[in-house]
Amino acid sequence: MDLNMDLNAPHSMGTTIIGVTYNGGVVLGADSRTSTGMYVANRASDKITQLTDNVYVCRSGSAADSQLVSDYVRYFLHQHTIQLGQPATVKVAANLIRLLSYNNKNMLETGLIVGGWDKYEGGKIYGIPLGGTLIEQPFAIGGSGSSYLYGFFDQAWKEGMTKDEAEQLVVKAVSLSIARDGASGGVVRTVVINSEGVTRNFYPGDKLQLWHEELEPQNSLLDILNSPSPEPMNI
Amino acid sequence: MNFMASKQPENSLLGPEADSQRTLYPYVTGTSVVALKYKDGILMAADMGGSYGSTLRYKSVERMKSIGKHSLLGASGEISDFQEILRYLDELILYDNMWDDGNSLGPKEVHNYLTRVMYNRRNKFNPLWNSLVLGGVKNGQKYLGTVSMIGVNFEDNHVATGFGNHLARPILRQEWHENLSYEDGVRLLEKCMRVLLYRDRSAINKLQIAKITEEGTTISRPYSLKTYWEFSAFANPAQGAVGTW
Repeated sequence: MDLNMDLNAPHSMGTTIIGVTYNGGVVLGADSRTSTGMYVANRASDKITQLTDNVYVCRSGSAADSQLVSDYVRYFLHQHTIQLGQPATVKVAANLIRLLSYNNKNMLETGLIVGGWDKYEGGKIYGIPLGGTLIEQPFAIGGSGSSYLYGFFDQAWKEGMTKDEAEQLVVKAVSLSIARDGASGGVVRTVVINSEGVTRNFYPGDKLQLWHEELEPQNSLLDILNSPSPEPMNI
Repeated sequence: MNFMASKQPENSLLGPEADSQRTLYPYVTGTSVVALKYKDGILMAADMGGSYGSTLRYKSVERMKSIGKHSLLGASGEISDFQEILRYLDELILYDNMWDDGNSLGPKEVHNYLTRVMYNRRNKFNPLWNSLVLGGVKNGQKYLGTVSMIGVNFEDNHVATGFGNHLARPILRQEWHENLSYEDGVRLLEKCMRVLLYRDRSAINKLQIAKITEEGTTISRPYSLKTYWEFSAFANPAQGAVGTW
């Protein structure tokens, strides 16, 4: 188990990915860790990928498979936009992803969350897990880190949140997941999409809230050696 | 289609009755331990994580313990096996004390004992799933050794287990030198632990640094390291190549 590292294992984004609708648009969020076995191949990956100006996709699972699927769909959507004469809808983007995922289900290992804004339906989130099911949801979670968030979202999710509430929820959720999932880590990236456009945000690992049993980061032990130890108990 | 009839196990190591004797797999595991010799003794660092597969389940596991008067043991791998080893060593030290002859087991002796235990278990296909680091000072002599779950053992000026072998040892080879001061030793270990935090999936940001000198052992309180994320390329990696990772 010790020196048992599989550096030739396929690059996999263990990952935590989230998509949440709010009153006016969507917020997509993801961690930034890409691993090859137990080694962190990239600690600052960008898992939220653009498909069109108004539609983005969160990628999880095999890095290669998810990149290729999103590259193909970006290409198809580009042609579709030209032919249609106006921006593609989120539903069309999601269905293109679904077609590739479903028709190649035996070969692909990638779970995707498509999110965006269009003028017909507003903000929409579609989850496309392994196998190619398409499911429209008010919020979606995916990746290995999502296991730790089912309870959290059951409790914390509310219909009709504001943009800031939704983004804070996403950042908190990814951060909680990073705390417990070894396959998730690094920074939290979010993308907010609404009628006004797209905003990318970046929350470095050291700026996130501390959770249970986590401590305030220090420069070095040498800086805290002379600070007072905790008071002994009085019985 | 199965044309061959399945054969019955022929010797006692195959078949279900032998499973209780077989090699297991680890459940709750600790990751790297890194240690080096410095001017006054040994410095050792380990994080406080106990992973359960890919879940970072326990975050206050002490993976370094002092043994007798002169030794410090750090362990990676299965935590329950480490706890069993501590029981064995408790008994060893107890018997040593009961002689009441003024002598006490030094780090070299403890390391040798551990090597025998690990190797003999390995030979019975029932290993203690750990990589151990044993450091100490006795009568001015510094000692730092390591033993793996299959019994590979050696001593050196700096050692590491697990991912530390790949990420920490190159740093130590480059920057370790004889007669490091305490501050330099701590900084060097922190440099190694920070890299491990960035690049080892099972590492957590909560560690302890232990020091053992002729005077005795001190294990620091748990603390966290600052990490750096402000490279401009980190802010927007897909700028030049949409769809990249």
